[in-house]
Amino acid sequence: MSATVFTPYSGLFGGILIGLAAVVLMAGNGRIMGASGIFGGLLTLNFDRNFAWRAIFTACLLIGTAWTAVFTGIAQEMAFGKSPLLTAFGGFMVGFGVYLGNGCTSGHGICGNARFSKRSFVATSVFLVVAIGTTSILRHVIGI
Amino acid sequence: MEKISSAVAGLLFGAGLTLSGMVNPMKVLNFLDLFGIHDFTLAFVMGGGLLTALIGYQMLLNHNKPLFASRFHMPDTPVIDAKLLGGAALFGVGWGVSGMCPGPALAGLVFSNSLSFIFVGTMAAGILTARFMASVRNGS
Repeated sequence: MSATVFTPYSGLFGGILIGLAAVVLMAGNGRIMGASGIFGGLLTLNFDRNFAWRAIFTACLLIGTAWTAVFTGIAQEMAFGKSPLLTAFGGFMVGFGVYLGNGCTSGHGICGNARFSKRSFVATSVFLVVAIGTTSILRHVIGI
Repeated sequence: MEKISSAVAGLLFGAGLTLSGMVNPMKVLNFLDLFGIHDFTLAFVMGGGLLTALIGYQMLLNHNKPLFASRFHMPDTPVIDAKLLGGAALFGVGWGVSGMCPGPALAGLVFSNSLSFIFVGTMAAGILTARFMASVRNGS
């Protein structure tokens, strides 16, 4: 593990941009901005109208990230502390979990809670507590 | 036109995830770690995002349809069942071991770190496996 700097201002401003993104997608397309739902929709390989907006959204997500990275120099700070095996396990659990739970940090955590969905509030509480427990146990009990 | 709003939303989402540092798994892990090196940034990101979306959604309530589509697509299941709880818990385990969740993981692909590709690939496998199991159960 390595230290990262606490950056409340860029965190807050970045968060506001994420919130604006959710508002734009709802105002324009009438859609919840859930990254897992959008990605899962692309995986159906069902090339309809919904595939188009999801593909455009995802492509622009990558472009927006690349552009912003040029100004912030975040590429140098990127750190993945864990092994490839743990990452693969994590990816599979995240994929399996978002399908069952119908959402992730963006869909439930931001959009769902913003429209006062009880399901989203419950899901967010559960995944936050479990994630905090998992990281803390992994680092301090198991020592990875 | 709905393609333009998708594009704008995608760009803003990517910019927000990058500026906030959420594309960096270590920053997320340092938030999730209760006892170690603590980085509280994620709470500010969630707070800013949630508050902005909440205000924006409230403003949209007066409209009966979005600008470029025929209706608002809102999940309307009120049920809190084992599927939701179990799914959220598995998601929490995956997020906790890797520091990555779907949005930042996809965005992080631009940095071409092999672990990003592993994560997105296995995440796809996880979604497809769960979907396959659900279709077998439903007998379709």
